[in-house]
Amino acid sequence: MSAVTSPLDVETIRKDFPLLSRTVRNDKPLVYLDSGATSQKPTAVLDAEREFYERHNGAAHRGSHLLSEEGTEIYEGARAKVAAFIGADENELVWTKAATESVNLVAYALTGSVKAGDEILISELEHHANLVPWQQLAQRTGATLKWFKATPEGRLDFDPSLITERTKIVAVTGQSNVTGVITPLAEITRAAHEAGALVLADGAQLVPHHKVDVKALDVDFMVFSGHKMLGPLGLGALYGKYDKLDALPPFLSGGDMIEIVRMEGSTFQAPPMRFETGVPPAPQAAGLAAAIDYLDGLGMDNVAAHEEVLTARALEVLTGIKGVRILGPGTTENRGAAVAFEVDGIHPHDLSQVLDDQGIAIRVGHHCAWPLHRALGVQASNRATFYLYNTLEEVDVLGEGIRYAQKFFKV
Amino acid sequence: MQLESMYQEIILDHYRNPHHKGLRDPFAAEVHHVNPTCGDEVTLRVALKEGADGEQVVEDISYDSLGCSISQASTSVMTDLVIGKPVGEAMKVGDAFLELMQSKGEAEPDEDVLEDAVAFAGVSKYPARIKCALLGWMAWKDATTQALAEGGTE
Repeated sequence: MSAVTSPLDVETIRKDFPLLSRTVRNDKPLVYLDSGATSQKPTAVLDAEREFYERHNGAAHRGSHLLSEEGTEIYEGARAKVAAFIGADENELVWTKAATESVNLVAYALTGSVKAGDEILISELEHHANLVPWQQLAQRTGATLKWFKATPEGRLDFDPSLITERTKIVAVTGQSNVTGVITPLAEITRAAHEAGALVLADGAQLVPHHKVDVKALDVDFMVFSGHKMLGPLGLGALYGKYDKLDALPPFLSGGDMIEIVRMEGSTFQAPPMRFETGVPPAPQAAGLAAAIDYLDGLGMDNVAAHEEVLTARALEVLTGIKGVRILGPGTTENRGAAVAFEVDGIHPHDLSQVLDDQGIAIRVGHHCAWPLHRALGVQASNRATFYLYNTLEEVDVLGEGIRYAQKFFKV
Repeated sequence: MQLESMYQEIILDHYRNPHHKGLRDPFAAEVHHVNPTCGDEVTLRVALKEGADGEQVVEDISYDSLGCSISQASTSVMTDLVIGKPVGEAMKVGDAFLELMQSKGEAEPDEDVLEDAVAFAGVSKYPARIKCALLGWMAWKDATTQALAEGGTE
C-alpha cells in the first residue's frame, strides 16, 4: 500500500532544523540526502542539551547534591522515554555510545557462552558494525560464522535451514542501510527461537524511520543509535529482554557498574547499570529524549508514510534516467527510504563531487557494507537517504543533478 | 567554476585511456592498496634495473585498478612520470606531488617536475579526494621500498 501524499507539513518541519537553511558550495541551498549516515537536529534537541549544561550540569548517579540529582532524573527519564518508544521496559535499555558499541557489547559478553562448533548466523546485508564483531567472536571462540545470502534484488534470502541446533545467535539487520530493504525479523526470530538461538536485530536504520515494537518482534536484543534519529552524536542504546541481559557478564567495567569493590574482586549491578560505566552522558540523553518527543509529536506512522512518498518519487525519478540502475527493490514494498544506485560510466566518487558542487549531499562508497556490494556485483555505489525533513523537490533536484553529471562527464 | 578546475580535460583523458595499465612480468615487488572508505583498489608491480651509475632505475610499473577518475588518472600520470627515472629522483617527484596534495589549493606546482600531475592541483582543495589522488603513488612507493629491501629485480 502506497501513500500518495505525505501526511507531514514539511515546510513547517524544516523551520525546526537550523542547519537545513544554510547554503553550501557556490551558495547553493543544501539538499541533505544523507540522513542514513547521520540525521540533522531540530532546535528542540539542541536546546535540551544546552539547557542541561546551563541548568543541571552535575554528574548523574554520583553525589547527593541537587545538580547530580537533577542530572540523574533527566538521564533516567530519557531512558524510560526511549525504552517506551520501542515498547520496552526501562530496565531493559542500556545506554551505549552507539549501535556499533551495542553490538560489540553483546558479542563480547557472549564470549564465555559460545564454544567451538557453535554457529553464529548473520546476513550478507549487514553493515560492518553487525558483521565484524561477529567475525571476531567466531575467531575468539572457534565458532563458525554463517550467513543468509542477499538476493539479486538486495533482499535477505531467508533460508531457515541455516538455523540449526548449533546456532547460538542470529544477528541481522532490520533495514538495510544500502538497499533499504526491511527484513522479515519476526519470522527469523520465530525460527531462531525454535532452535534455541538468541536474536539480535540491528535497528540503526529501522528505529529512526518506523514504529518498532520489540515485544511484538520478540527479538532478544535490538541496537540503535540516537544520532540517526534526530538525537545528539555519542549516545546509542541496546535493548535486551531483561533475563537475556541479566545472563550476560559485564563488557566495559569501572565505576557505576559495580555493586561492591574489594581489592580481591568485585560484584556487579543488575542490568541495565551493569553495562554502563563512567560519568553518564546525561546531556546527550536529554537531547535524545527531546528527539523522541519530536518524533512522537509527528507520529512514527506519519514519518514512515512521508518517507514512502519520497522513496516512491526517488525510484520513479532515478529509473527515468538512462544509465541509472537501482541497487535494491524497484518498489516501496517492504523497503525504507534508502535508495542506492549506480550511474553508468560515472564512479560514485565522481558523481558525488558533481552533486556536492550543486549543494546535494549523498553518500558514496560501500557504505560500510562491503560484502553486500560484492553480492550485488558492484565495487561502490551512490546512496540517497531520506528523512522527515526532505521534500519531493529535493528528490527532483537529485535527478537533475545526476543528469547534469552525465552531461559533465559526457556519458 | 571549481568543478572544471578539478576535472581538467587532461585528467579525464588519462581516466578514459590510462597509460601503462595491465599487470606485467617480471617484477620485483607487488602490492595491493585499497582506499577503505570507498573500496577503490590498485594492484601494482614495480620492476627495477641497475642504472649506469649503479643506482636502481624504475624499469616498469604495471597495475590493475578499479576506482574513480581521480585515482585512475593519477596512477596513470604517475607511471608516465616515474618510469625510466632513477629511484631517488622518482621519490622526489613523489614528494613534490604529496606536497601539492597537502597544499589546500594554495601551491604553485613546478610543471618541470610534475608535468601532467600539475592538473591535480584542484583536487587538493577537497580533503576527501586527496586519498584518491594518492592511491597509486602510495602503492608505488610501498612496492619500490619493498623491491629495494629485497635487492631489486632478480
